[in-house]
Amino acid sequence: MTHAAATVDQMQPPYPAERGLDVYNKKLGMWVFLASEVMFFAALIGTYVILRFGATGEWARPGIVLNIKITAFNTFLLICSSVSMVKAYAAIQDGDPKKMRFWLLMTILGGATFVGIQIYEYMHLVEHGFVPSGVREGSELAALVANGTLPAATMGLYGSTFFTMTGFHGFHVTCGVISMAYLYFTKALPGKYSKQDYGGIETVGLYWHFVDLVWIILFTIVYLI
Amino acid sequence: MTSVAATAHGAQAHHDDRSFVRKYIFSTDHKIIGIQFLFVSLFFLLVGGLLAMQMRWQLGFPGKPMPGGGVLPETMAPGGVILPEYYIQLVTMHGTFMVFFAIMPLLVGVFANFLIPLKIGTHDMAFPRINMWSFWTFLIGGLVMLSSLFVPDGAARAGWTMYAPLSARHDYSGASIGQELWSVSIIFVGLSSILGSLNYITTIINNRAPGMTWFRLPLSVWSLFITAILGLLALPVLSGAAIMLLFDQIIGTHFFDPAAGGQALLWQHLFWFFGHPEVYILILPAMGMVSDIIANGSRKPIFGYHSMVFAIVAIAFLGWIVWGHHMFVSGMNPTLGSSFMVSTLVIAVPSAVKTFNWMGTMWRGNLRFHVPMLHAVAFVAMFVIGGLSGIFMAATPVDMQIHDTYFIVAHLHYVLFGGSLFALFGAITYWYPKMFGRLMSEPWGKVHFWLTFIFYNCTFFPMHITGMAGEMRRLYDPNQYTFLQPWQPMRVFISISAFLLFATQLIFFVNFWWSLWKGQKAPQNPWEDNGLEWSLPSPAPHGNWEKVPTVYRGPYEFSSPQVAEDYLPQYKKLPTDREPARVPLAGH
Amino acid sequence: MHWWLPLKASTFTGPIDGLFLAILIITGIAFVLVEVGLIWFVVKYRQRPGRKAFYTHGNTRAEVIWTTIPAVTMVALGLVSNHYWVQIKGRNSIPPNAYPIGIHAKQFEWQITYPGADGKLGTGDDFTVRNQLHVPVGRPIMVQLSSEDVIHSFYVPQFRVRQDVVPGMDIKAWFQATVPGTYELGCSQLCGLGHYRMRAQVFVQTQDDYDAWMKQAAQEASQ
Repeated sequence: MTHAAATVDQMQPPYPAERGLDVYNKKLGMWVFLASEVMFFAALIGTYVILRFGATGEWARPGIVLNIKITAFNTFLLICSSVSMVKAYAAIQDGDPKKMRFWLLMTILGGATFVGIQIYEYMHLVEHGFVPSGVREGSELAALVANGTLPAATMGLYGSTFFTMTGFHGFHVTCGVISMAYLYFTKALPGKYSKQDYGGIETVGLYWHFVDLVWIILFTIVYLI
Repeated sequence: MTSVAATAHGAQAHHDDRSFVRKYIFSTDHKIIGIQFLFVSLFFLLVGGLLAMQMRWQLGFPGKPMPGGGVLPETMAPGGVILPEYYIQLVTMHGTFMVFFAIMPLLVGVFANFLIPLKIGTHDMAFPRINMWSFWTFLIGGLVMLSSLFVPDGAARAGWTMYAPLSARHDYSGASIGQELWSVSIIFVGLSSILGSLNYITTIINNRAPGMTWFRLPLSVWSLFITAILGLLALPVLSGAAIMLLFDQIIGTHFFDPAAGGQALLWQHLFWFFGHPEVYILILPAMGMVSDIIANGSRKPIFGYHSMVFAIVAIAFLGWIVWGHHMFVSGMNPTLGSSFMVSTLVIAVPSAVKTFNWMGTMWRGNLRFHVPMLHAVAFVAMFVIGGLSGIFMAATPVDMQIHDTYFIVAHLHYVLFGGSLFALFGAITYWYPKMFGRLMSEPWGKVHFWLTFIFYNCTFFPMHITGMAGEMRRLYDPNQYTFLQPWQPMRVFISISAFLLFATQLIFFVNFWWSLWKGQKAPQNPWEDNGLEWSLPSPAPHGNWEKVPTVYRGPYEFSSPQVAEDYLPQYKKLPTDREPARVPLAGH
Repeated sequence: MHWWLPLKASTFTGPIDGLFLAILIITGIAFVLVEVGLIWFVVKYRQRPGRKAFYTHGNTRAEVIWTTIPAVTMVALGLVSNHYWVQIKGRNSIPPNAYPIGIHAKQFEWQITYPGADGKLGTGDDFTVRNQLHVPVGRPIMVQLSSEDVIHSFYVPQFRVRQDVVPGMDIKAWFQATVPGTYELGCSQLCGLGHYRMRAQVFVQTQDDYDAWMKQAAQEASQ
């Protein structure tokens, strides 16, 4: 019997059923959940697109308010954490729980660092005067608005959309980090995952890749364009 | 899910050592969760009804002190006389409670949870703990919404549709924290729906009993499946919109405030992109359960089962591309008005097909008029009126005249009350024995049905007429307009009918509660139905079956020539039946 | 009491009322078919001892018929409706010589700006009046709708004209009144506490009467 089939076998209910898809429940459930997440982010991102391209005034040019260099590093970090997640999954598929634990830990650390850097970014932005309602009066950025470097008419929308989209993304990353940490301490460390039963890793891995994908989209359309 | 299988119990070998709290409060049993939704949603149905009664008092007897109005605060109804600011809260909260906390949870929270594992032949949902969370987030949302009625400055008041920027700015609406609580509550509702949908979809796809192929699923299950997909994809958009509205309200963002660059129409697009699939969420499960009940009451297979399935799928699919029909005069591009009109007219077709198929089921049947059947037939009769009135609105030039009038109010109440609520009365009565092991009183059920039917039509049919005359929605005092003054006697008639309608519901509530203790003990299969749930005792035990049943045929084999009785359950094996080819576990 | 659609007082009533009636006939036929059918079945096929139901799973031909007829009807209805929709609300529907009036909605009144003697909006002789819409009969009128605060909706039932007024958008709508008289303009989108009293009077006047009113009102406004 094939490798994957042997594993999936463990993750089926032990009673016969008409299975609509040859995918065990946890994994199917995660795919279904991710469909709802796609819609959620579509609402936020769609709003951003409508507000930005429907705005009568100009939009702030990239890089003036936001720090592209640090965020580019952060993006790289998140992508690396997706790679480490794949490595963790491959490891347990091969029946190597020790390697899996290592790579899972790397993923958790990568994710946590991403969130840390994001929080640092937010604090930095707020200090310089960039807030969800736009630009704070009397701040450094307010001066840039005054001298025309930043367009006054759309800064309110810029702030609204930036903080909402990246904030909710960050919230999703945090939930992912917490979930992975929970699995790490309650399942991975005590050795509960094996070649025959690694459903939790695969499931959380799916979530993690999704969160990464959303970030790549956000980074492109919010920071770069 | 090995733990679920391990704790599955047969009827006789009943060894359930869960504590009271685990059994009835923090339960992961889909049946208990369904019943929890039932009790809580019936409470919110009552709340919604009370809010409507106060609205109807003001409309029928404007400026007069309302009986019992003394309990209301002076800022809302001094001396029991309803103020405009209170009236628009009543309007808003009536719609909100009825849609989100009564009809949707009654159809989905109750019946998806209760019926799906029973009707597909499995022990419980795929994710029982997530299922439990789905109930508790719903309850939290409901309590938050209820609390908003009691906060300073009162509840949200921009209509259940919450159009911005009225809803986004306190200086426009006059509400403060009440508006924010609405948004917070809706976020919880969204979460509850998504968690529920997650379960319903996964369970139906993967956990059907051997032999329960897709086209042997009862239409109630099909409709709940498709509804779950709608909910999964639509509620997140509402959650996103509610979050953005909340941010506009409390952290100064400007999504919907044109004064700062936002777009008022953006809210409408987001809301209705959710809102239209939502109304199909509010009708499809009702249609599904009505199909089950009509087949049973007619003692005949459903006419055109496959078309019924395709119609459900078509309605759900088309439901995503009609949202703009709520916005024909909104200021959106008129070309979009044309495209949305086309899709809206097209969606009438599958609904028509279903109506004719229900009639086809009854044709040459052997009709039994038990209480559920009465409600199911009334559903068809009333839903048709609601559906046909929708065609007037779909024709954009006519919509110009009737948009935002009582014609729309009539339409929505014909589909939601005449449709969904009648279906619910029937469904609750039908599955009550499987839930509680007792039968509701049949004579009182009939009295409730007939009085409701009469008072309901007296209340809502005249609204078509006042709407045609131009009576706008959400008016605290229509008599401000000279052209609406002659209609005051009609408003009085509607209000009195509404009061009688509400009073009649007490019969249902008393029947429901009294029968829990004193109802006739129910046999295993009181309606002589074919579904898998009727192979279990009444009430169904924890874990449902010790061993899941095997399915040999479709769900509507009534009056089959194969047997003498006029029903033939899905699980009954005849000598001529073969075992289904079991889908092997991977590797076997 | 007038039990039908309101008095016909604009050029829109022809198409809109006609379409309404056509739909009423179509839906009326469907209504009678279904309701009479249900009552008939309920009586004729009720359970009686010794009867058995007719065991059938359906009839494809019947289904094709009752799918096709509604589908064709809906398509036809759509084509006719769209024809009038484009005429009334389409991008190029506003007649080029339409008389312009500015309507600025705010919580809870209608501020109506008239173009003055030169017939053009946005010039020095414009003047604004609260809650009184005067229009000359028999001429296309273009209303330029704007909102001070929240969404309102411009609705005159007898003209069959309705258009939401959205803050941040300048929306144009048009109509042509046909019957002199006094009517009412109502706000038709919940706009807050005073929504129910956001009412204006509408006076449809002959051109002479209108000109006379305009002269007098302009004078009063300039004082």
